[in-house]
Amino acid sequence: MKKIINDPGTVVAESLRGLALAHSDILRVQEDPAVVVRADAPVAGKVAVISGGGSGHEPLHGGFVGQGMLAAAVPGPVFTSPTPDAVQAAVQASASDAGALLIVKNYTGDVLNFETAAELAAAEGADVRSVVIDDDVAVADSTFTAGRRGVGGTVLLEKLAGAAAERGDALDAVEAVARKVIGQVRSIGVALTPPTVPHVGEPSFTLADDEIEFGIGIHGEPGRERIKAEPADALVARMVEAVAADLPFSSGDEVLLFTNSMGGTPPIELYLAHGIAERLLAERGIVVRRRLVGPYITSLEMQGISLTLLKLDDELTELWDAPVHTAALRRGV
Amino acid sequence: MACTTESVAEALRAVASVVAEHRVELIELDRAIGDADHGENLNRGFTAVVAAIETVPETPGAVLKTAATTLISKVGGAAGPLYGTAFLRAATKLGDRSEVDAEAVAELLAAALEGVRARGKAEVGDATMVDALAPAVEAARGAVADGVAAVLTAAADAADRGAESTVDLVPRKGRASYLGERAVGHLDPGARSTALVLRALAEAAK
Repeated sequence: MKKIINDPGTVVAESLRGLALAHSDILRVQEDPAVVVRADAPVAGKVAVISGGGSGHEPLHGGFVGQGMLAAAVPGPVFTSPTPDAVQAAVQASASDAGALLIVKNYTGDVLNFETAAELAAAEGADVRSVVIDDDVAVADSTFTAGRRGVGGTVLLEKLAGAAAERGDALDAVEAVARKVIGQVRSIGVALTPPTVPHVGEPSFTLADDEIEFGIGIHGEPGRERIKAEPADALVARMVEAVAADLPFSSGDEVLLFTNSMGGTPPIELYLAHGIAERLLAERGIVVRRRLVGPYITSLEMQGISLTLLKLDDELTELWDAPVHTAALRRGV
Repeated sequence: MACTTESVAEALRAVASVVAEHRVELIELDRAIGDADHGENLNRGFTAVVAAIETVPETPGAVLKTAATTLISKVGGAAGPLYGTAFLRAATKLGDRSEVDAEAVAELLAAALEGVRARGKAEVGDATMVDALAPAVEAARGAVADGVAAVLTAAADAADRGAESTVDLVPRKGRASYLGERAVGHLDPGARSTALVLRALAEAAK
């Protein structure tokens, strides 16, 4: 393992120190438990949208703290959800009387810890709600399993719920926006190489040179199947088919297309894939009305991409276009 | 013979040392079907438990409660809330009694199982901690007449077999569930760690 680190045990804390120095105009970092908070939090009268989860997915979530998006982020250890007291600390640091909405990705650890935190916060009289995002079409959705994972759609959800909070929506309304987004967003991911978790020191899985893991999650956990490597046209077509067929997205739909790098895929390949995806969606009569392209929800240095489709209406489009000022996403301010 | 507060604390120290010893094994089991953090997380949690009970609380229940809150606040992942809940329910079951006899041990294991079931919404056959803990509880109940050490040894033996049974199962909870059939052939890391914890307790009680 070659990584620019000192000690696997201090990776997250040292990285957060750098984040705080690089973006002191936007955010501040509290230590023990680690919490990233909007510089001006708590903002009176506005709902605090809070998210978190294991570290290693940067810029998710700390990179999205700021005006128009998250009030706070709770980074756990690498690929491990934060604990309930860390989530509570984020609520305390960022929530005004308007309450807080927790955005939870559907992973067992995240759900259990955030659930416990929400119960504890409610017991102390805070108005805290939570929503669980489960946009990954790669895994089975059933009441007898853990259900679908929360993946790329999380980035869009944080932006849209954050914009609703920023315009002054009450907690009920922010929660309603979040539930609408969760109902209309779907994702699929692929991996070409594994990530290496610092405290493990070895790759999380092995893939032959000519193999691709189709339906990967954001920790490198497998999804649907392992396939032979194929040219970008064929691979992206397979991804578009998987994600568009699920909701389903059909001719005439207006969407936001989010093409995401899992960390190790360079911009040249990412834009190449994005171009193919747009062409394929156009062939299906699906209108791409807004785009996001870049490494926004990653899995350390794993090579791979994910595609996320969000069905847009006028309200979601307006919220997407609203100003945002965070370390990783900045527009209109 | 019944356990005192100090012997419960000593048993937790033994658990911590067994978890540290098996840290890499648990990471490897988890790496195959999950995200490779189980051994790391449990080791971080039980190391913190040992520090938290340095000044030993007054009752066996208080020791377990300290362990519970420490695990919840240090472990993270799914294991933190699940192990934390297990210890919390066990502590609640003990209340403020000053010694733990064989019957109480069997009862607290049953309470721990109920907590894990409720929090994780898992049942036997889902390839989780429950597959080790549920047979352990049943075996423990059957050994109550033979004393604390016998109860825990019976529980640990049953947990070992229960953990082994997860190799043939399709996981339906937790991160391994995303693999479906592809996870068959792998030992569930949570079931394995549960068996290890019970074995450590059994050895400490001897």
